[in-house]
Amino acid sequence: MPKELFDRKGIDRALTRMAHEIIEKNKGTERLCLIGIQRGGVHLAKRLASKIGEIEKKDIPVGLLDIAFYRDDLNIRKEQTVVRRTEVPFEVTDLKIVLVDDVLFTGRSIRAAMDALMDLGRPAAIQLAVLIDRGHRELPIKADYVGKNIPTSLTENIEVQLEEEGLGDRVILESPSNPPLLPPQAKGD
Amino acid sequence: MLNKKDLLGIKELSVEEIDLILDTAAGFKDVLRRDIKKVPTLRGKTAVNLFFEPSTRTRTSFELAAKRLSTDVINFSVPTSSVVKGESLIDTALTVQALGADFIIIRHSSSGVPHLLAKKLRASVINAGDGTNEHPTQALLDAFTIREKKRKIEGLDIAIVGDIIHSRVAKSNIYSLTKLRARVRLIGPPTLIPKEMEGIGVGVFHNMEDGLKNVDVVMMLRIQMERQGRGFFPSTEEYFKNWGLTPERLSLAKDDVIVMHPGPMNRGVEIASEIADGPKSVILEQVTNGLAVRMAVMYLLAGVKR
Repeated sequence: MPKELFDRKGIDRALTRMAHEIIEKNKGTERLCLIGIQRGGVHLAKRLASKIGEIEKKDIPVGLLDIAFYRDDLNIRKEQTVVRRTEVPFEVTDLKIVLVDDVLFTGRSIRAAMDALMDLGRPAAIQLAVLIDRGHRELPIKADYVGKNIPTSLTENIEVQLEEEGLGDRVILESPSNPPLLPPQAKGD
Repeated sequence: MLNKKDLLGIKELSVEEIDLILDTAAGFKDVLRRDIKKVPTLRGKTAVNLFFEPSTRTRTSFELAAKRLSTDVINFSVPTSSVVKGESLIDTALTVQALGADFIIIRHSSSGVPHLLAKKLRASVINAGDGTNEHPTQALLDAFTIREKKRKIEGLDIAIVGDIIHSRVAKSNIYSLTKLRARVRLIGPPTLIPKEMEGIGVGVFHNMEDGLKNVDVVMMLRIQMERQGRGFFPSTEEYFKNWGLTPERLSLAKDDVIVMHPGPMNRGVEIASEIADGPKSVILEQVTNGLAVRMAVMYLLAGVKR
């Protein structure tokens, strides 16, 4: 049975709090930019940037990052990862980058995203903002800003649905009715 | 998704597969614009360029595409290999595979050689031109270039001009552009256009002035100088007079026409220099796009489970 963990209001409140935390931690918005990981992170990065912009009355640059070329599972996936656009229309060197993703799970996407960023330049710092942290890290990676921590089992699936994709804002936890003996191939992250 | 081990020809591809390759290539083109033009995507893989026919551009393009993907490349050129000692084609290919090749990129003067190897090998076979059959990556980079410039392919009027009968580039392009629903017309002397072309839904013109009227894209083909003197056309001067792309002739096409050429060009034979170097020419962009498309093909083939 799918269970709703976050509704529109909940997501909005969490993003507002995260926007404040980002400003506080960075003591303002100087040399700050947001980069969303395709696809889930892209809309969240734009929303966070507009919230930060409203609070600080400044425009925050936003980029989109596709990590397909940096994944570590090309040889074990059943089908090729779809390649999406990377659009980072500014020099990342010496910027403080907040990477944004929807769900933090194994941490492998974030590893790939950090490698991708390093190929674009030499950022002053990289921070991580995620809407949901569901645990089960396989790499030593930790988020700086978290919308909600949700402990999950490996057989469960977290789905973040966003207005921009035409689905309305909500976060859903899907549990299999008959849990398989072996965990299925990790989805997302 | 691309559910194929090999890229043998456009004929074998569906519209969805062509679109997937072109969309993927767009992602790789972004990489080629950066300071660091290399991604770790296909680290640890090996590609072998097995070229039984001379080629500098295509071979170099595949070599660089592989290197940009962090794949190791070996160039296996025929004059220095055991082929001159009489080793058979399949033995050569099996030897190359035993060296650990994941991709075998092959060019051969006989049509169908890539198809034969694809059946015998575990490695992905990529056709880099087989006889007068196909040159699929050229057609893909041409489609990519048109799509980038015109934002679409469907409904465009596209003229392919010159030596159609000997051209695998023309053949692959006819397959791809008709699949993508462009209106294709062929222009050239009757000796250089195969008779059966009129029956496959493409227009045929034996006169440049009629053929170029209102086209969106002009694709010139290389006159294969090695075939000159076999009676297909009288002389290069006369060829240019009748079939060369000149500013006057190009003015019959749409104002925003683009001019393409797969290279290498024979300036003053099939194309006037001022057009080749002019604002409507996208010839050098084709070369850049060729890298992105070849990276996309290797990436997509590598993801197929064997």
